[in-house]
Amino acid sequence: MEPLAVFPDPPSRWLSRALASAGYPYEPVAGAAEVERCEPAEGWAGAVVEMGTDGAGISLCRALRKREEQVSPVLVAVTDDQLAELDFDEGLFDDFVLVGSAALEVEARLAQLFRRLRRGTEHEIIQYGPLALNLATYQAALDGRPLDLTYMEYELLRFLAAHPGKVFTREALLQRVWGYEYFGGARTVDVHVRRLRAKLGEEHAHLIETVRSVGYRFGSVRWLPEGRVSDWQS
Amino acid sequence: MQSQREYVLRTVEERGVRFVQLWFTDVLGTPKSFSITPAELENALDEGMTFDGSAIDGFSRVQESDVLAKPDPKTFQILPLGVGRQDGSVSSVARVFCDILNLDGSPFEGCPRHVLRRALERARARGFAFYAAPEIEYFYFADGDGSLTPKPLDGGSYFELTVADLSSDLRKRTVLTLEDMGIPVEYAQHEDAPSQHEIDLRYTDALTMADTIMTVRLVVKEIASERGVYASFMPKPLSGVQGSGMHTHFSLFEGEKNVFSDDGDEHGLSTLGRHFIAGVLEHAPEITAVTNQWVNSYKRLVAGYEAPIYVSWAYNNRSALIRVPIAKKGRPESTRIEYRSPDPACNPYLAFALVLAAGLRGMEKGYELQPEASSNLFLLTPEELASEGIRPLPKSLADALQVMERSELVAETLGEHVFEWFLRNKRAEWEAYTREVTPYEISRYLPSL
Repeated sequence: MEPLAVFPDPPSRWLSRALASAGYPYEPVAGAAEVERCEPAEGWAGAVVEMGTDGAGISLCRALRKREEQVSPVLVAVTDDQLAELDFDEGLFDDFVLVGSAALEVEARLAQLFRRLRRGTEHEIIQYGPLALNLATYQAALDGRPLDLTYMEYELLRFLAAHPGKVFTREALLQRVWGYEYFGGARTVDVHVRRLRAKLGEEHAHLIETVRSVGYRFGSVRWLPEGRVSDWQS
Repeated sequence: MQSQREYVLRTVEERGVRFVQLWFTDVLGTPKSFSITPAELENALDEGMTFDGSAIDGFSRVQESDVLAKPDPKTFQILPLGVGRQDGSVSSVARVFCDILNLDGSPFEGCPRHVLRRALERARARGFAFYAAPEIEYFYFADGDGSLTPKPLDGGSYFELTVADLSSDLRKRTVLTLEDMGIPVEYAQHEDAPSQHEIDLRYTDALTMADTIMTVRLVVKEIASERGVYASFMPKPLSGVQGSGMHTHFSLFEGEKNVFSDDGDEHGLSTLGRHFIAGVLEHAPEITAVTNQWVNSYKRLVAGYEAPIYVSWAYNNRSALIRVPIAKKGRPESTRIEYRSPDPACNPYLAFALVLAAGLRGMEKGYELQPEASSNLFLLTPEELASEGIRPLPKSLADALQVMERSELVAETLGEHVFEWFLRNKRAEWEAYTREVTPYEISRYLPSL
């Protein structure tokens, strides 16, 4: 088996013990650059990232996701008080484990992830009413008609549609979707929402709702599971 | 970067895109493009496409004429049916805006996108984001034949409700196409002059807006030409009626905060906002050669047609160069300034860069704002204007070039390459114009002299 990339370098004692007892080979990495440099010929088997408190952990997760050759699965280790933030960064990892959990739990989670990801080759689809997003092909469709989105429009729609009913501030969206690598500042979010609404067309523009003096919300919380789409529409 | 690239390549594949148009702009704001096949796209995204820049206005250099067009994957967009396809084929066509680079990968100094990007980066280094929302005016004519007097399509006027008239139909189709491309339109309406129309865009950051203006000009022209009509952004195509302007609303944000806004002020305008306006006014004559870059631009900037001719500002006075619309109650974020001299035939990248640089200079140096122009400036005598300290805008391209040439601010913002080339090119345009004997002179002088 190829080694797992483990962050930070060195990992905490808790994590190195857990990994050793699980018996997975691993290689500590200090950041995204080392992930590139030390990558084994067959690619990493996956990654375990300790979130830490300085944001370096989540940046690394983001870097892993942005790679052409995706590193997966990604397991993150977090503390109790970081649990609440996990929702926002959902797309950036595959599972999480609490720092200090038993070595057996770490092992079980990794084993579970490997099983799931090896088998699950179907494309991931986000569906909400008339809107469908195919995450594997980056395509979005409305009532079966393809939407011609720019990259940032697609990314914003994907993020919003993955969290129906949740309200996000502009700052939060800017951070989660753009990662602050953009000229526009917070107003950029408004601009992209307007562009998306224009493309969704009058009939579906309301899918993205403005929550006054807070931010935006996609769809409603009481969204029913896929099997009942037709009920909802009628 | 990696995932944007992946997104573009994947979309091209999934959607069966047959051609990708690489769009860029020469120094005068003329759109340029060449098409590549999907097979070439990957390489274009990674390394750029080499082409000979010597045929492009403002790109030529003495020793080395090859440059690279490097697609900006953020701007990749599949074009709606009919746009960008002269042959009317139905296969999918996409466009992507390009930055122009030197062969070593450094930004090419002649690239207008680079000029604006650099100005925006300077603003961003101080925490500011700059937004623009233009009102684009243009005419529909029966044809684009340069040898004839242009023929308007209708006799409608401002806000007129014209039933089933061709030009309103064209405008409507244009708006729908723009919305399909993710370009939200705030208003679209018939303007004062016959066959004159206006499309107002919702604000975006200035770089996106400059790209958008290039797209809008193309869409307007193409939709017109599908119906055998010619759309023109010429600043003053008909004498005796209003010309076409591109009044542009500008705002500056620091994070979520509108820098121009101050709840404590009677008019909601902040001190920094005043300094910004003062900066734009101070340098307005210097940047006019760029915001109004053609001989014909100055036929629009004359008294009597709602175009500005004096360096002035006001809250609600449409003869002023800068208008500060009163922000709606409870919406301080909408505080902005409206700069009224630019015309829709300017190069928006260069124009926006200069307005931003002038405004920031005003904030930096704390320029004092002159008093608001309270009366209709068109009615004041030259003496009255002089006593109020109100300067005129340049009256001709030659005037404007003379002021621009001495401007440190313009040279610094445009960069030596663009600055020099622009002056040289525009002087040649003026020279050629002065040698012409015009129909006006023939009709006026021949019968009597």
